[in-house]
Amino acid sequence: MTTVITVPPSLDDQTFEQVLEQLAPLPPDEKILVDARHCRWASPYGLTALLTLAQTRAERPAFAGPEAEDTAGYWARADFYKHAETLYDMHGTVPRRTPGDSKVLLEVTPVARSEDVHDVVERIQQKAQQIIATELNLDAKATVGFAMTLSEVCQNIVEHAGRGGWVAVQAYSWKKRLGGRRVVQIAVCDAGIGFRNSLENAPGRVRDDRWDDGAALEAAVIRGVSRFRDPGRGQGLSGVRRYCGRWEGKLSIRSGTARIALVPRWDDDIPLEENLSPFPGAQVQVTIPERAATKE
Amino acid sequence: MNHIDLGSVLRQTVSANLYSNLVTRPTGAAVRNQIEQLMQGAQERTLTVLDFSHVSMMDFSCADEVIAKLLLRYCDENPPHEAYFLFRGVTDDHWEAIETVLERHGLALAIEQEDGVHVVGVLSERERRTWEAVKRHGRAAAADVATEMGEDESGVRSTLDALWRRRLLMRLDEKYVALGGERAG
Repeated sequence: MTTVITVPPSLDDQTFEQVLEQLAPLPPDEKILVDARHCRWASPYGLTALLTLAQTRAERPAFAGPEAEDTAGYWARADFYKHAETLYDMHGTVPRRTPGDSKVLLEVTPVARSEDVHDVVERIQQKAQQIIATELNLDAKATVGFAMTLSEVCQNIVEHAGRGGWVAVQAYSWKKRLGGRRVVQIAVCDAGIGFRNSLENAPGRVRDDRWDDGAALEAAVIRGVSRFRDPGRGQGLSGVRRYCGRWEGKLSIRSGTARIALVPRWDDDIPLEENLSPFPGAQVQVTIPERAATKE
Repeated sequence: MNHIDLGSVLRQTVSANLYSNLVTRPTGAAVRNQIEQLMQGAQERTLTVLDFSHVSMMDFSCADEVIAKLLLRYCDENPPHEAYFLFRGVTDDHWEAIETVLERHGLALAIEQEDGVHVVGVLSERERRTWEAVKRHGRAAAADVATEMGEDESGVRSTLDALWRRRLLMRLDEKYVALGGERAG
């Protein structure tokens, strides 16, 4: 029997939880069909999380892509289908990426090795300069920090996940919040061991009664705890936090059954959400908004 | 004096030779190893210029591997040999990562800028003033520096020795020379 998992019309880090709620009661070897036919929009998080989802299944899942041509075309340009074909049994016609310049900042890209991080950073640099300075109206210094942030969140996969993951970057106008301001979003998702398992034997870990996904995320993101004894470790996420703080950005990380967020003034997200539907690995999202003053 | 172009080292170190960014820990560790290999067989005392001119940017992890670990090893009580480093070509695109790792480990380094060589990182006010006094002198004995600063010679000598152990000053016989100064380079 195949269970149909319905993808919501708008797929982002919040609505992806609806997908995980449908998956939660199913054993990993149950055949599923991920039905995205009525999906009209997906954030970089949504696209990378769908690929990650497939990696968590013991039985190869099936996938039905968006029916709307513009949505399907965008997913093809973002290289979603290129990777989805390797993970899913595809239903219906698979759209092909048409030649020409894509407006996608960084297509969905696999990350497993240090060299992949180099490739990603080299590819983003020129485009990042254009988007950060001209579209987000941020200081030129923000461009370097953006590439550093991208590098560090991708390295999280290489250093800690234990298996490959995905990264994607895109800029768009945020209709729901920020009054239509532009944002650029980095999404990095993996189905690896997750923060709790990674930090299980970390030297700085306080051994108390509370040790769960939420505690592990707090330890890593707030206190900079790393599983390595090397005192130089843990600087990557700290640097990402500082970058988000400086440019009014938002950092959120989901791992296991918890999700932590560094919430800027313009957002009303919950700083630590627990008891979510379980999902392996770590899913990171960084959102950098357009500078508000330029619109006023 | 050795000159190491980190851009060249990077391209020799990672498999594809088109990269211009110092990113990731494995790359940082490989670049540091390559720097140490280039320093092998050096004399008892060496001054090495680490040139960032051909490096686009550097992330925190790589800065920790390349800069912090290199300085920690050679500022240790038992370094492989007496090695000094002068940083050249450092821009804003490298600085944030460098500053972060220096603060994390309590390190300082000598950096060459348009208006001369400066020390940056974690230094006490006294260390900074003492280093500047030596730089003005060129080659100076503890007594000369103490006179200029109007301070007790034994206290100044102790600070000079601390700066020498941090490899921010060279000690040549009984005199001290600031890195990048006329007689040090």
